[in-house]
Amino acid sequence: MEKHCTESRVKGVSTGTTILAAVFDGGVVIGSDSRASMGEEYVSSKTINKVIQVHDRIFCCIAGSLADAQAITKAAKFHLSFHSVQMESPPRVMAAASVLKDLCYKNREELQAGFITAGWDKKNGPQVYVVALGGMLINQLVTIAGSGSTYIYGYIDAKYKPNMTKEECLQFATNALALAMGRDNVSGGVAHLVVVTEKGVEHVVVPGDKLPKFHDE
Amino acid sequence: MLEETGPEWLSEEVKTGTTIIAIEFDGGVVLGSDSRVSAGASVVNRVMNKLSPLHDKIYCALSGSAADAQTIAEIVNYQLDVHSIEIGEDPQVRSAATLVRNISYKYKEELSAHLIVAGWDRRDGGQVFATLNGLLTRQPFAVGGSGSSYVYGFVDAEYRRGIRKEECQQFVVNTLTLAMNRDGSSGGVAYVVTIDEHGTEEKVVLGNQLPTFFDQ
Repeated sequence: MEKHCTESRVKGVSTGTTILAAVFDGGVVIGSDSRASMGEEYVSSKTINKVIQVHDRIFCCIAGSLADAQAITKAAKFHLSFHSVQMESPPRVMAAASVLKDLCYKNREELQAGFITAGWDKKNGPQVYVVALGGMLINQLVTIAGSGSTYIYGYIDAKYKPNMTKEECLQFATNALALAMGRDNVSGGVAHLVVVTEKGVEHVVVPGDKLPKFHDE
Repeated sequence: MLEETGPEWLSEEVKTGTTIIAIEFDGGVVLGSDSRVSAGASVVNRVMNKLSPLHDKIYCALSGSAADAQTIAEIVNYQLDVHSIEIGEDPQVRSAATLVRNISYKYKEELSAHLIVAGWDRRDGGQVFATLNGLLTRQPFAVGGSGSSYVYGFVDAEYRRGIRKEECQQFVVNTLTLAMNRDGSSGGVAYVVTIDEHGTEEKVVLGNQLPTFFDQ
């Protein structure tokens, strides 16, 4: 059988993971699982939060080597807070995504991390950007990444609708994470979800036993 | 002197990098497959039917190495013919799956093909068997091939027991389309075979008749 190769060849702690972000009518939902693994056999943390806040209404999710991801987000947070002081206004989501992209692209030989950046800004409203491994930046309505994402491409394509309500989008994201965690053995734990709108930020954590169950469970 | 090596696809193994699926519905089974055969980066056949008959009401879906899969299907087709003459009636789906499994297991080091066997018999109705790597397991649905990874989530979410025939056919077409859209080794047209107690129906859904999704 054709085996789809998804192992990341990293030593040390890696976030074999599932992350996603989706735009709904008025905001974005960003979500991730919470498992950190070393190799394919050992879960080094069951509850890490892969959704990092880089500014008031901008979040990013990390996939790949955890060490790289933490170093980059720290640098990005600094750049962004400096940038927003200079501009005297909150940074645009595109600005956050570009900062991450620059860091990824300049260090693409050494780094092994990909990012989803999502948030809300006054000019363009809710947006989702994905920065892939080599430093490419694209704007999409919905995006998924990480090892567990392979299994839910079909689900996302079929079930995402533009302009959903907040509740529909939260349900969609929770289902997608649950399906991916059900098939990918390096994704798991709880589902961390963040909803960002003009009004503010809301964190939702769905513990493992409250995740939706599907036909064979 | 530079030697001319010829086109790359001549030296690549021919694989049915593919998406195959079989689902049991209330009264029978539906099998589906894409139609792309690749050799490295080239598509050497864009209209191959990967649903191969093993008997009147038993089909198998081929994936992996094209040569290995076809050979297994032909051998089992012959063995099933002999078996059904010996027992004097139509063979059971489980027998067909067992024959496929026996070959897959015995030659597992040499072969690299995965066949999903599905069909209808009088004793147990519609059945789907997976024979990956030499195991034999009956499942309500089975997906296989390189494109299957992308649709595990979709199938997990949408499968329901006891669905009707037309719903099942639509579900198979939707799943194949989603996989073909994401997997570079799957594409072309969708072949769908429906088997129930009344007979076997083969259908082709052409590219422009496949469903489209929000980003197309």
